[in-house]
Amino acid sequence: MSAAPKAAIALLILLALVPPAAAAIGDPFLTVIATRMAVFAIAALSLDLILGYGALVSFGHAAYLGLGAYAVAVCARHGITDLFLQMGAAALAAALFAAVSGAVSLRTRGIYFIMITLAFGQMAYFFFVSLSAYGGDDGTALAARSTLFGRAWLENDTAFFYMVLACLALAYGGLDRLVHARFGRVLTGTRESELRMRAIGYRPFRYRLAAYVLSGMICAVAGVLLANQTEYVSPAYMAWTRSGELIVMLLLGGVGTLAGAMAGALVTVGLEELLAGWSEHWRLCFGLILLAVVLWSPAGLTGLLRRLLAGGRR
Amino acid sequence: MTLLAVRDLRKSYGALAVTDGLSLDVAEGELHAIIGPNGAGKTTLIAQLSGQLAPDSGSVTFDGTDITRTDMASRVRAGLARSFQITTLMPAMTALENVALAVQGRSGSSFRFWRPVAAEAALNDQAMTCLAQVGLADRADRPAAAMSHGEKRQLELAVALACRPRLLLLDEPLAGTGPQEAERLVALLEALKGQVTMVLIEHDMAAVFALADRISVLVYGQIVASGGPEEIRQDPAVRAAYLGEEAC
Repeated sequence: MSAAPKAAIALLILLALVPPAAAAIGDPFLTVIATRMAVFAIAALSLDLILGYGALVSFGHAAYLGLGAYAVAVCARHGITDLFLQMGAAALAAALFAAVSGAVSLRTRGIYFIMITLAFGQMAYFFFVSLSAYGGDDGTALAARSTLFGRAWLENDTAFFYMVLACLALAYGGLDRLVHARFGRVLTGTRESELRMRAIGYRPFRYRLAAYVLSGMICAVAGVLLANQTEYVSPAYMAWTRSGELIVMLLLGGVGTLAGAMAGALVTVGLEELLAGWSEHWRLCFGLILLAVVLWSPAGLTGLLRRLLAGGRR
Repeated sequence: MTLLAVRDLRKSYGALAVTDGLSLDVAEGELHAIIGPNGAGKTTLIAQLSGQLAPDSGSVTFDGTDITRTDMASRVRAGLARSFQITTLMPAMTALENVALAVQGRSGSSFRFWRPVAAEAALNDQAMTCLAQVGLADRADRPAAAMSHGEKRQLELAVALACRPRLLLLDEPLAGTGPQEAERLVALLEALKGQVTMVLIEHDMAAVFALADRISVLVYGQIVASGGPEEIRQDPAVRAAYLGEEAC
């Protein structure tokens, strides 16, 4: 096993140890933070598939978080409270939105792609802002968390955390297989040289679109979990700043490595909690940390780790 | 038998006719060199033959089928592959991965999400054969970005061969190589002669006259002469237009 899967598995184990540790020191809030970390790790992983492996810088990825969250609210209002059914509905809605927006935006490259994905993200945002049945701008509170097989098991924070962790492990495992399979190699090829891909007989568009749809579906599942964590649904989940935060997570952790996406999400959420408790101007401090990482280790924290490991061997 | 037939091909950028009523026949099995001074429109011609660029008018027929409006991917699948004048590889991938990706392009669906592609023996074996053919077998695990310029030129050729082309369009395969690397590549093209039809664009006249079965001379977007190496060497119009004193 190479270093990257080891790092990812280490992160998963580390997260799994949080609830017992929180119980030991009597701070249940740690489990809540770890849940949030795991939810955003799923979202970051989904973005890394298209941004890291396909070089498609989507600036509207938070729309899928929001779609997933609203799928919970809409389903719950119509009496569907089962988590898996809600995830299915969320994935379906995300797939439709991604197929339509992707079919348009993937005809462009570079800055145009960034702007079009941003535009679609904002369209989704303003759609839900004007959706007064679900609280419009303010959003709406959920009556309860989703159920599993008709039971309210997820009301327990620890049980819910392990559910989220299981989803994260599945997302990581599945994506790790995918990026090392035929499809992943083709997607990486389109990142490396589109012209060369055409010259050896590929049409990059269809692979990009497939990755884009899949990425949106996974992010929507993260949105379902996010709504359950906060027990609240609001258009703020799909604000463009949130899309920016997801990109920052990748930059911090290391673009194009799944372990990096996870690490980036964990560190970003962790720093947010830590710094926000310390000063209301925490974003300034976070910005400086991000600047330092990007300047000294363009490959992010995973790049830094790799360099340290290589240095240790010398 | 004519494998590739080009008729009255035209491509203009504004008032500049880069391809100006060009007609060309390439027979199956031959190595057909196209020479011409800088700016004659050689790379533009290759771009139109490979499908990267659409001509304004005229037709390109490959193996009896009109492919003038066919996209690059379909042409590759029909057996028309190319190499690039400016090395176009996947820098982050190893030499083996670069070639295996080309093999994958013609062997089954790429919508496979689970099985590790690195473990697909059929892809790797065929890729290794192509690498061995160009003399890069011992460089298989080296990332393309870390290869020397000459090795990259060899890899370009291996990737094109991995498409199993019937017609190979070679856009200055010797560009920027040293004398030893050039010698090696010329020997390789010599070995490929007869197995695959080739259209070769090249500035190295020694290589062109040593390799080509037929030579066409391209000047200002038109073929001004076409024939065997001796014929071209003797053609007064060609000498005036292009070869100058160099070949005398």
